[in-house]
Amino acid sequence: MTTNDAKPMTRQISVKTEKLTRRFGKFTAVDRVSIEVYQGEIFGFLGANGAGKTTMIRMLCGLLAPSEGSGSVAGYDIYRQSEAIKRRIGYMSQKFSLYDDLTISENIEFYGGVYGLSRALIRERKEALIRQVGLEAFADKLTRELPLGFKQRLALGCALLHDPPIIFLDEPTSGVDPEARRSFWDLIYQTVALGKTVFVTTHFMDEAEYCHRVSIMREGKLIALDTPAKLKQHYGKSNMQDVFVALVKE
Amino acid sequence: MPHSRLLSIARKEFLHIIRDPRTLMIIFIMPVIQLVMFGYALNMEIQRVDLAVVDYDRTLHSRRLVEQFQGSKFFHVFGYEGPLSEAEKLFLTRKARVILAIPADFGKTWQRSVSAPVQILVDASDPNAATIIRNYCNQVIQLFNQRYGGQIPLPFEVRSAIWFNPDMKSTYFFVPGILALLLVMISALLTSITISREKELGTMEQILVSPVRPYEIILGKVIPYVFLAFMDGALILLIGIFLFEVPFIGSLPLLALLTTLYIITALSLGLMISTIARTQQVAMMIAVIATLLPTVMLSGFIFPIASMPELLQWLSYIIPAKYYLVIVRGIMLKGNTISQLLNQVFFLGAMSLVLLTVSWRKFSVNLEK
Repeated sequence: MTTNDAKPMTRQISVKTEKLTRRFGKFTAVDRVSIEVYQGEIFGFLGANGAGKTTMIRMLCGLLAPSEGSGSVAGYDIYRQSEAIKRRIGYMSQKFSLYDDLTISENIEFYGGVYGLSRALIRERKEALIRQVGLEAFADKLTRELPLGFKQRLALGCALLHDPPIIFLDEPTSGVDPEARRSFWDLIYQTVALGKTVFVTTHFMDEAEYCHRVSIMREGKLIALDTPAKLKQHYGKSNMQDVFVALVKE
Repeated sequence: MPHSRLLSIARKEFLHIIRDPRTLMIIFIMPVIQLVMFGYALNMEIQRVDLAVVDYDRTLHSRRLVEQFQGSKFFHVFGYEGPLSEAEKLFLTRKARVILAIPADFGKTWQRSVSAPVQILVDASDPNAATIIRNYCNQVIQLFNQRYGGQIPLPFEVRSAIWFNPDMKSTYFFVPGILALLLVMISALLTSITISREKELGTMEQILVSPVRPYEIILGKVIPYVFLAFMDGALILLIGIFLFEVPFIGSLPLLALLTTLYIITALSLGLMISTIARTQQVAMMIAVIATLLPTVMLSGFIFPIASMPELLQWLSYIIPAKYYLVIVRGIMLKGNTISQLLNQVFFLGAMSLVLLTVSWRKFSVNLEK
């Protein structure tokens, strides 16, 4: 495993785990994974299907209790302070999560309401979000009428509505065309520019190149963690796809 | 502002309902269809039963007996001239459902002795109807005896009076039954479907990563359905009272209160189902098996519990509608007060408590998977 020495020590840690483990019966989905994610970075989580990415994210978001190990998100303990964590994270799952039978406006109001935002704040952020995604003319249209790319950007906007410092994205771009993926990543960069931390899982290796640092999982274990440039250099490959293939076949 | 979170969920759930015409159909059209079906089409009252008279006697006495039958609204009486041995063909061709055979010596025997036998043949291919027809025949004959017999004093006489539903109208029976059925269906079926739908779509996860508490999710999701169930209950009651003229003797606030208890029981059942089912289809199947069929078959809605096999009688103890039917019939038709319904209240309350505890635990455990 290569280590990270590119980041200055003064940077704040957003997510930290130590030997975090989750077992389902005899199967170990996540096996003693230790990571540190810094504030303001895009942290990529790579791995084949079933490598443990989603299990890892679900433990960090408080959807799943770890079996062993420790972890903190935004400085709060994942075992005991999940309420505090939930207020400070945004989450968007690979399963698409807006309601098709609600209008765009109603979807945004719902997620704002679920996070307990005031009406005035919801209205203000709703307008900003609709402008940002470029859906001014469609606010009162049903969400099912939108193309998938728009829906995904809107879902990200909903996950950011309560202005969380950390955002978890679980394969957010699966199923959309390359054009829509690029505009989604534009949005991720805008988010990071605001000082937020983005924790993203993907199986698209070109997306791995967009991340500040990536970690690679195989069969529940963390097998690499560094910047894309250093990983490529270390394994003598020209792109992340080859790095990934080399590592996973190892 | 914890309440605004709950209200956001309730508001969203309400939008789902009004945007989904199928759910609305189920909620508001089904009770009307069922009421009309049960109230008119599946009428259990039997009227104008074809009665063939085979009169071998042809005396004043036999004519009086026939007139007694003709005087009843229940029978449509016509004469049959052939031999009795062929009269059964009337059953085969469905021209008659009951045959009254008066023997040739009826008049003479009547004057001479204490009892003059007549024969009544009933088509029992529909056993329930046959029982009712036989009872009516006995009543007519009893009236005849009172009118023309009279001279012989009986040691005692049984006179039955039918209370609470003197005309034996079946609408009195069905309106409370449909109320019980629809409320359990909306409360259990629709809530279990709505929760499993969120799981299926992945939106449940999206809600669970927010600071919303499980009780806010559950309450927010069920409140719109409680509201709908109440509206539906009111609709059924109004149709029952004004269209089918079912009386309402007891206290409306008491009925509303105990209906709330019943709805809570059914909702707990729905919650329980949603913890087991991962998809809407599975939820629907389990809910139909757990609510629709038992409520129709085992609650006493249509078939009296007392006439069921012992095993089914035991099973009926866990059907919430069994208790609610006693409550609705008791309040509407008999004017029962709360003190006369404590047993039912206890059972519904205990059932809700058990179901809620189990499903609450299962709900929290399910978040872990």
